[in-house]
Amino acid sequence: MSKSNTILYLDGVSASFDGFRAINNLSLVLDKGEMRAIIGPNGAGKTTMMDIVTGKTRPDEGEVFFDGQVDLTRHDEAEIAMMGIGRKFQKPTVFENHSVEDNLMLALKGPRSIFPALFHRRSAAEARRIDDILGIIRLGDKRDELAANLSHGQKQWLEIGMLLAQDPKLLLVDEPVAGMTDAETEETARLLKDIARDHSVIVVEHDMHFVRELGVKVTCLHEGSVLSEGTLDFVSADERVVEVYLGR
Amino acid sequence: MITQRFFSADRRIAVAVFILLAAAVVVPLLNLAIAPSSALYVPPYIVALVGKYLCYALLALALDLVWGYCGILSLGHGAFFALGGYAMGMYLMRQIGSRGVYGNPILPDFMVFLNYKELPWFWHGFDHFWFAATMVLAVPGLLAFVFGWFAFRSRVTGVYLSIITQAMTYALLLAFFRNDMGFGGNNGLTDFKDILGFNVQADATRSALFAASAVTLALAVLLTAAIVGSKYGKLLMAVRDAESRTRFLGWRAENVKLFAFTVSAIMAGIAGALYVPQVGIINPGEFEPSSSIEVVIWTAVGGRGTIVGPIIGALLVNAGKSWFTGVLPEFWLFALGGLFVAVTLLLPKGIVGMWDSWRGNARATRAASLAAEAGADPEAPKIVRSAARTPGAWSASGAEPQPAE
Amino acid sequence: MILIRAIGLTLLLVIASLLPSSAAEADLRATIAKFATATNFSGTEAVVRELAASGDPAVERPLSALADGNLYIRKSDSQVFVGKEAGDGIELLDPLSGEKAADAAKTDLTKIKVNNGLRRTIRDALGTLTLRAKDAGVRLAAAATMFKTPDAANIEPLDAAIAAETEPGVKALFEQARAASVLVSDKPEADKLAAISLIAARGDRDALSLLTSVEASSQGPVKDAATAAIGTINSTLALWDAGQNIWYGISLGSVLLLAAIGLAITFGVMGVINMAHGEMVMLGAYTTFVVQQVIRTSFPGLFDWSLVIALPLAFLVAALVGLAIERGLIRFLYGRPLETLLATWGVSLILQQAVRTIFGPTNQEVGNPSWMSGSFDIGQLAVTWNRLWILVFALLVFGVLLYVMKRTPWGLQMRAVTANRRMAASMGIRTPWVDALTFALGSGIAGIAGVALSQIDNVSPNLGRGYIIDSFMVVVFGGVGNLWGTLVGAFSLGIVNKFLEPYAGAVLGKIVVLVLIILFIQKRPRGLFALKGRAVEA
Repeated sequence: MSKSNTILYLDGVSASFDGFRAINNLSLVLDKGEMRAIIGPNGAGKTTMMDIVTGKTRPDEGEVFFDGQVDLTRHDEAEIAMMGIGRKFQKPTVFENHSVEDNLMLALKGPRSIFPALFHRRSAAEARRIDDILGIIRLGDKRDELAANLSHGQKQWLEIGMLLAQDPKLLLVDEPVAGMTDAETEETARLLKDIARDHSVIVVEHDMHFVRELGVKVTCLHEGSVLSEGTLDFVSADERVVEVYLGR
Repeated sequence: MITQRFFSADRRIAVAVFILLAAAVVVPLLNLAIAPSSALYVPPYIVALVGKYLCYALLALALDLVWGYCGILSLGHGAFFALGGYAMGMYLMRQIGSRGVYGNPILPDFMVFLNYKELPWFWHGFDHFWFAATMVLAVPGLLAFVFGWFAFRSRVTGVYLSIITQAMTYALLLAFFRNDMGFGGNNGLTDFKDILGFNVQADATRSALFAASAVTLALAVLLTAAIVGSKYGKLLMAVRDAESRTRFLGWRAENVKLFAFTVSAIMAGIAGALYVPQVGIINPGEFEPSSSIEVVIWTAVGGRGTIVGPIIGALLVNAGKSWFTGVLPEFWLFALGGLFVAVTLLLPKGIVGMWDSWRGNARATRAASLAAEAGADPEAPKIVRSAARTPGAWSASGAEPQPAE
Repeated sequence: MILIRAIGLTLLLVIASLLPSSAAEADLRATIAKFATATNFSGTEAVVRELAASGDPAVERPLSALADGNLYIRKSDSQVFVGKEAGDGIELLDPLSGEKAADAAKTDLTKIKVNNGLRRTIRDALGTLTLRAKDAGVRLAAAATMFKTPDAANIEPLDAAIAAETEPGVKALFEQARAASVLVSDKPEADKLAAISLIAARGDRDALSLLTSVEASSQGPVKDAATAAIGTINSTLALWDAGQNIWYGISLGSVLLLAAIGLAITFGVMGVINMAHGEMVMLGAYTTFVVQQVIRTSFPGLFDWSLVIALPLAFLVAALVGLAIERGLIRFLYGRPLETLLATWGVSLILQQAVRTIFGPTNQEVGNPSWMSGSFDIGQLAVTWNRLWILVFALLVFGVLLYVMKRTPWGLQMRAVTANRRMAASMGIRTPWVDALTFALGSGIAGIAGVALSQIDNVSPNLGRGYIIDSFMVVVFGGVGNLWGTLVGAFSLGIVNKFLEPYAGAVLGKIVVLVLIILFIQKRPRGLFALKGRAVEA
């Protein structure tokens, strides 16, 4: 496999905790501009895979490359984020004591060192960008609301909005529609498809309706490695996938 | 731009700064210019006492910057305070000159007593005020920087951090008790004569030191308000509430903490330097881990995560301490212990925090009744703050024991 | 060596106190009385030989006195006394017991005269006498004295004694004493070399000082041999020193383990940070004090049992206080570790002040039962019984705790609640009770630690303060949530501390250890035996 045109390239990656192999010889390639859905039962290693990509966990072995050339195993979370990988957690994690606007302001692409932050003053361009994102994530009227007061779905959107503000090349989105109403789910699918037009995206999700709505290539993980890969129809017709999900 | 922030800052901060600056002028006047027989006369011991409290308030404010705004419960701020105090004490010792008991023009009395032949290298330069003043800032700042650099980079957080800051304080306590450290051992530094050529015992000097403490505290309030109000300040709170989120946004949480920790340690050092000439002694007792924890309770009583809170807390608790130790000395520790328990259980946001949520609730109720009158959904204005509003609520998950972070 | 001397001395004392009452005493007195009738040196010598033939060590006093010219006859009644100059006159002492019998003027007394020949006879008699004594302890003591004060004249009696000796331990010491004497004699070089190797094999400080003086006073091969032997002895002694440090370290480690083990439960297993832990230890120590007070006033015979009685009571007292703290305070603060820290600190202040109000601020006297006092030696090591018992006790407590955690249903519930509270609750475990009892257990163990620590530390209201930071260091260093980690942490910190002490001094050593731990925590924030995994890191 050539790394050259990939945005994310994992080869033979393994990681274990106390003898438990959370990731086992996992190989996964994401092309530039591609959106991929990752499914798999609990404990399949989806979150650990994201931990490895974002630098939270170091793999025991294997290669992890970003954008064809950057070895991600040599960088920590902040560096990886600065390179252009954004991550949304499974549990929505926003700064609850800040307003929606401040949440976005902190996420906005820009210098990440202390002194610029200390003397930072909002520019017109930044204000416009925040307005844009508020529009995209449908929170325009909640601008001054504390993030703590948002509904669960709104927090998910705010977190996605923070990812957008980072302007990453690759977005890792962990269970974006958990706890959302059907209407919100549909809205989120539309939002992600919008985003995927100019970003590479990996979405981890259990909700098959949502995955179908995304209409992208699907990878099914099981026990830390790839079980099946292809269109949703192909994957859901795979005997082994059925077996894993239905426990037959 | 910073000035602009000053004007837009909370009115409460403006009031606090005004009161402090006014006190810096009025109290010395009432002490020096008024006849002792007058009812308005402020006796020197009150000037010294309140001056001491103001130093404590500065220390509490310094702790609040890291604890209230960044969730770092430092049990080592007493050490930074003491280091600043020792730097000032060394200057004051050198100013004694040949007026000491042994009359040695270079060596302080304790060194003559301990048979020192010459001044240890780290005592050089302390005969100059500017040098001592630089050390007041540099020594606590450097220690905090080095300590924080190690601790935050390896992601020591929560109670672990608290415990190792306490261990640091304890190690310094043991070190400063040693005679051969060259800091006067057990007895510390005392018997000061002048500061900048003025007699430290004189009423005018005491008043000047009081005014200096009040002005410094006012400046520290403005500085803290500016830091907290900046984008960096928002980041600081973001690190407190969701550290990993800031990392995944590309911020270096360790640097964010390190800056606040260092600034805070320097503030504590300044507080110590102002404290020493007013009380006339600095000894290793200031490094006692228990004094550092006491600072925490001042901040907690007033309200962490607010700027005026720690000042109010420091003043109230220390006034209480003075009263108790005068009237019921054996009950002070019961009262202090009870205060720790009561504040954590009943008043987690402190006095100022409680006041705010009471006012917030009142406003929300008023808004709700207005909305009901207008026929709107009374639930709509969600101004009621959630539990997560508590500054420095360290765990997002529910109330349950977890393996310590 | 120390052991031998100690035993010898004890036996000597025992014999000395027993013999005067025996029938042999009368015979000895009769013989001593003959000094008064002996008219010349040969007559005196006959009496000396008769006394020596008795083989009774009690004759040492009159014979030594005679050799020193301190044996007198009172003119008035011809009684024999040992004399001691006292001012103008002479203080008369009983020749056997050494007790003061009377005072007398010099003119009332006749000194028994001795010449050099007689002195040699006396010395030989004395040496042989003690070397041939029936009691092995006396023989050992005699040999030890001869080893320390080598004299060429000792060689002959020692040769005779070696030939007659049957007990190998005593014989070896005789040979060493002989070798020491050979070195100061004018014997040939080969003999001296053999003597040096014999002494070098002994390998203690006495041998070292003897050889050092030999090295200084001789030349040639003997000097070289002495130098080489000194080197060997020094290196063995260094090993013993290391051994001593390890023992002190283990002893300190056992104290740390005792103090930290309860914390390993409350902090390590439950994640509750209890700053009042040290005060639980203090309560245990004060319980011991109260128990001993009651025993002293009402049941003095039970004093040796006081610790055994105090143990369950201390456990109960500390556990009940712990239970009260958990139910009244900590349960409202779960999930807020920093606030728990502050609240429990407040509790610690209250407990300290309460104890200070009730018992006063000064140290209380807690006695050691007889089986906890004294010490014994292993080679060059001095081991005190209280330290040894504390080590045994700490390991015992650790073992019991490990058993409770791993093998009992309660331990299983405790671990289940720690691992997954909701799941445990849904399986019917009453999690609040498990929390409360676990906390009580941790506190109770701190209480019994207090019983042990009352034996080696000052029992004052500040007792707990001294242990709290060390205990946290041990638990954090060993790895939170791992009892074995606490064990290893306690002993390694103890040993490192004691090894640093000779180089850095006690205080600086402690500072160095603190700094090392601070650095270590930076490197491995979760301690030596950290649990790994996603759940822990989250």
